[in-house]
Formats: sequence, structure tokens, C-alpha cells
Amino acid sequence: MKTKEPCRVAFPRFGNYHIPLEFLFTKGLGVEYITPPPSTKKTLEIGSKYSPDYVCSPFKFNLGNYIEAIEAGANTLVQTGGTCRLGYYGELHEQILKDLGYDVKFVNMSKANYRNPLTFYNEFKKVNPNLNLAKVSSALLTMLKMVECIDNVDDYVRQNVGFEVHDGEMEKIHEAYLEALKQVETKKDVIKTTKTYMKKLKDVKTKKPKKLIRVGIVGEYYTIMEPFSNHFIEKELAKKGIVIYRWMNVTNSILHYDGKEQKKVIKNYVKYYMGATSMSTVYKTLEWAKAGFDGIVHVKSFGCTPEIDAMPVLQKISADYKIPILYFSFDSQTSETGIQTRLEAFYDMIMMRKEKRK
Amino acid sequence: MKKAYLGIDIGSISTKAVIIDEKNKILASEYLWTEGNPMEAVKKVLRSLEPQFKKKTYQIVSVGTTGSARKLIGAMVGASVVKNEITAHAIGTTSLYPDVRTILEIGGQDSKIILIEDGVVVDYAMNTLCAAGTGSFLSSQARRLGVEVEEFGKIALKSKKPTNIAARCTVFAESDLVHKAQIGHRKEDIIAGLCKAVVTNYLNNVGKGKKIVAPVVFQGGVSKNIGVTKAFEEATGCDVIVDPNSHLMGALGVAILARKSKKEKEFSFNITDMEFKTIGIECQKCANHCEIICVYKNNQMIDSWGNRCENGAIPIKNKEA
Ligand code: SF4
Ligand code: SF4
Repeated sequence: MKTKEPCRVAFPRFGNYHIPLEFLFTKGLGVEYITPPPSTKKTLEIGSKYSPDYVCSPFKFNLGNYIEAIEAGANTLVQTGGTCRLGYYGELHEQILKDLGYDVKFVNMSKANYRNPLTFYNEFKKVNPNLNLAKVSSALLTMLKMVECIDNVDDYVRQNVGFEVHDGEMEKIHEAYLEALKQVETKKDVIKTTKTYMKKLKDVKTKKPKKLIRVGIVGEYYTIMEPFSNHFIEKELAKKGIVIYRWMNVTNSILHYDGKEQKKVIKNYVKYYMGATSMSTVYKTLEWAKAGFDGIVHVKSFGCTPEIDAMPVLQKISADYKIPILYFSFDSQTSETGIQTRLEAFYDMIMMRKEKRK
Repeated sequence: MKKAYLGIDIGSISTKAVIIDEKNKILASEYLWTEGNPMEAVKKVLRSLEPQFKKKTYQIVSVGTTGSARKLIGAMVGASVVKNEITAHAIGTTSLYPDVRTILEIGGQDSKIILIEDGVVVDYAMNTLCAAGTGSFLSSQARRLGVEVEEFGKIALKSKKPTNIAARCTVFAESDLVHKAQIGHRKEDIIAGLCKAVVTNYLNNVGKGKKIVAPVVFQGGVSKNIGVTKAFEEATGCDVIVDPNSHLMGALGVAILARKSKKEKEFSFNITDMEFKTIGIECQKCANHCEIICVYKNNQMIDSWGNRCENGAIPIKNKEA
């Protein structure tokens, strides 16, 4: 990369977190941020073409995002760390992009610790050596608030969108909210904007039946949070009039993570740490089973080892608490009809059980 | 005039249909190959059903469709119920065997297992990836051995010592079979071994982690093969029931659902004279390029789907009732 060129940073796309990321990089680090275009079939095609075939699909999506971001002008790519293969993603991405002839800088955050934001400081210095610590910290705090707010609003929509009287109202407000967040300057703005839109969301007319069907979604980090990669499974379920619960988001899994508590709750099912998101998967499944949920949907990318390990445990919980669990494993070949068939059967199963119990 | 209900189960390999009365009694039924053309197959099925029942006594008032082409055929025949094949099979089977706990199903191209408690589905699994446990695998191996697939079961029963055949995947099974034939295993032993391999493969893939509890009902095209049925009995230690209409359970189930839906509209066989076609359009509004399927009846669009978002929706101008 030509040294004089200003940094234009990009991070792989997932969920709506590109908005807080953009805030952090532009306001805090004073560099330009390029949001990769939303993931589409093309993203996955590009990513799969240049990835090893056996690698889990988040890798492929990320690579596709990088290439599309580079085409949109990015010259500095950021990757994160993790406790499974995720930890090696960065290096492999860097190598592949280099081999493809892209002249970009790679910042690998796998050394930084998410629960201690200051460790990012050293990594950030690679993006902008003239970093202003005060500015970065204040932007970081605003960004974290933003993440929390986004996750909150997301939760509300997930649990209510299936019951709106006029289809599509909530989605419109939700989109407008995310747009508005792009304009904020301070933490106060974030809170105010969120309040305004939350009120609008709550004003949307909904019609809920007396007996609600509750389904919890658990599974692997990326697949669960990036709707395109899970074939918009939450939307599909919500359309059937189901209240959907999802614990997995950045707020719960990183900012307010309590591993000790999780381990305690699941001690009858899990003795040793199983890696990545599998502990949380078991933890939430068990909690929701105890709470009498109607069903659990487990999602993961094909070949995700930690989540494969969690499945026998889920089967045990399913038998112990008589709660149906539907398993999905997504790869680039997954057929839409197969997903539909299994989702519909899952819904029928829940409904018929409910009727029987009456 | 008495009321009757039509159920159509249309898969990639075969098309099944039944007409039932208000007591779920089958008045007419048909089973034929889809031959890659579901719309044509449905017309053929209807032409064959029409003379089978008393049209002066019965009027079809509701139609249900299931199987992989359920949506398309549902649009074509104006179905009041379009149901996934898992629910349809469960409903069909429990109507005949209310106590059933396990449904094993092996069809032409896929297989599934459905677990039932108190007449309600409690768990299920489907396999669509590996062909080694399905009907098409058995028929291709029959061809290789120079035997009619219909004879397969009877021949298998003659075997005293089934040959062990590696069943992990189709390609391995095939080469292992050729090898065993060359080193002189008897034909009936190889055939019995194949039936066993299909069962092992099924139990390891589809039935993985599931407890098989009696009563067990076996259905789908392959259930006609007595060799496979016997292999299932040996592997599970349960008696395995095969209904004479075991291939029709999906169609029966969805006919029952049509009856229960109470959505009634007189069905007319004259759709066999109408022209239906589908046109696939690739939406150009974003990089997803969703493939949108439009269904036309006599050159008028009656339905469309496949768009992942509202931007790609194609309005139906003259939607018929
Ligand atoms: S959690 Fe699973 S999908 Fe994600 S990187 Fe690890 S193995 Fe791959
Ligand atoms: S239907 Fe929607 S998601 Fe699909 S290609 Fe068109 S605009 Fe894109």
C-alpha cells in the first residue's frame, strides 16, 4: 500500500454492528470507514470461490465482505480473534487476499481482549499512529452504548414483529432507527434517538393471542447474528406468529458475559469448557427448557465443531424436558425448500402439541 | 351429493394421489412417475383418478398438496391446504395406526424418520444429502446385478448369510458390491447385504440419536421391499408394520387435512385441459438475484414466489378467485 494514502478501514459485516463500528473508526480514530455492502448471494459466491472448501461458512462470508469492501475503496481490513478457528481466520484471509493481488493492510485484533477495551489501543495505533486517547475512549463508550441500544431494539422487534396488525410497519421503523443512529454524535444522542424510536415501535398496533408460542434461538455466533447466513430464519418464524427469543448478541456474549454463572447452571450437563459459543448454547437451551418454552431452534454453519459438540447435550435436554429442538446446519449449498419444509413441520409440531395439552 | 377430498403428494421421483370420503375411506388412488415434470404428472394422475370413483355420488370439495412440488401444484389445482411432507405423513399414518410411535420412511430420493407420542409428532429428521439409503440407490444396484428391483425383496429372503457391504456412502457401497460379486459371493447374499446396508445407513444418518420405539410403521416406495423390512426388524428388534397403502400415506394425510380445513370450493377435473406453465425470472434489483417463479394458467399469472424481499414481488393483476 502506498504509505501516504489515508486509511479506509473495513470490518466484515454482521448484523447491524457496522453502524457502531463506523462510529468508532470515524469519530474515535479519525479514519474513514467503508461499510461492506450487505451480504448477498454474490458475497458468498465470491467468498467461497477463494476459500478452502472445508472451512466454515463465516470465513467465506467474511472473505466475500472484504473483497466487496476493497472494491468499494477500503485499504485497511480488520479481523477479530476467537477461541476456535476464528483465531486463525485473520492470517488466512490476509494470505488469500495477498495471493489474489490485493494491496491492503491487515490489522488482526486476535491479540486484543474484548473484555478489556483498552487492549485495543495498541492495535488501533496501527490504523492511526497519531491517536488521541481521550477521543478514542469517549468514542468507545458511545459505541458500546450504541451496541447495547441496537441489541435492545432488536430484541423488542424480534418478540413483537410477528403480531403487527399491518405487515412491515416495524421493519420500516427499525430501518429508520438504524439510519438515524448513523447521524449521532454523542452518547446522549444515542440514548435519545433510541428512546424516540422505541416509542414509535411500541406504538405500532399489535394483536397478540392469549397463549403465546415462545421459541428460543441458539447457536453459533456468526450464523445466528447474520440474518442472510441463516436464511432469515427469525423472520420466517416470526411470520408464523411466534415470539422469538435470542440471547446471543454482542451485548450479552461480550459486554455482559458471565461465564461462571453459565457453567454453574449447566453443571449437570457439561463438565468441561467446550469452546466458542457452545457453552452459551447449552446454557440458554436449558434455561428456556426450564421456563417451558415451546421449542428451540439451533443454528450453525456447516462443520462448526464447537456447536456440533453441543448437539448431543441439547438432545439430552430435549429428552429430559420434552422440548422439541430443530437443528439447522447452513452451508453454501443449503436448499431453500428443505429449510421451509423443516420449519413448517416444526411449527405444526408445536401447534399440535399445544392443542393436545389443552 | 356426498363430499370427497383430494390429496396429492408430489415428489421429484413419484406422484401419488388419493380421493377420500368423509370417513377417510379411500375412493380412488394412483401412483406414477413424476418424470421431471410435476405439472404434467398431476394432469396424468387426475385423468386416472376421474373414472375411478362415482362422480354422480361424490363431489370433491377441497384439495390438499404435499411433497417437494406442493406449492406449485397447490397453485395449479387451487388447493386449500399446502402442507410439508412431514406433517402430512404423520397425519396419514396416525389415521390408520393411532398408536404408532415411530415412522420410518424411505422414498425415491430422500428419507425421514418421525417420532410420535400420543398421536402428535415429537421429533423428526430428514436426509436429503446422501443417496445411499434411498430407493434410487437400490434400483441402480438392482440394475447392476441384473435383477428387477421388484424381485429384490424376495431374493433377499433366500439368503442365509448376507454379505457385508460398506454402506457409508453410495460410491463406496457400489465399488464394494462389485468387489464382493467378483470374489464369488452369491447373488441372494449380496442382495440381502444391500438391504442391510440401506438400513444401517438409514439408522446411522437419519435415525442418529433417535430412540426407535414400537409400534413401528415403515413406508415410502422402499417399504414395498420385504428384504429391507426384514433388515429393519433385525436391526431394531421391533415388529415393522407395512401398510398395503404405505406409498400413499402423504397423499392420504393431506387429503385429511383438506377435509379438516373446512375450506370448501368445488374442484373440477377440467383443469386437465388447461394450459399451465411456469416462468423463472431472475430479480435484478439487488445482488441476491432471487429466482422468482411465476405460475401461469392459460397465459394468466396466478401466483409467484421466490423473492426474498418485497422489492422483488411481482403483483398479480387479475387474480382469480
Ligand atoms: S465458532 Fe464454528 S463457525 Fe465460528 S469459526 Fe468457530 S468453528 Fe467456525
Ligand atoms: S427479491 Fe429482493 S432480495 Fe431478492 S434479488 Fe430482488 S431485491 Fe434482491
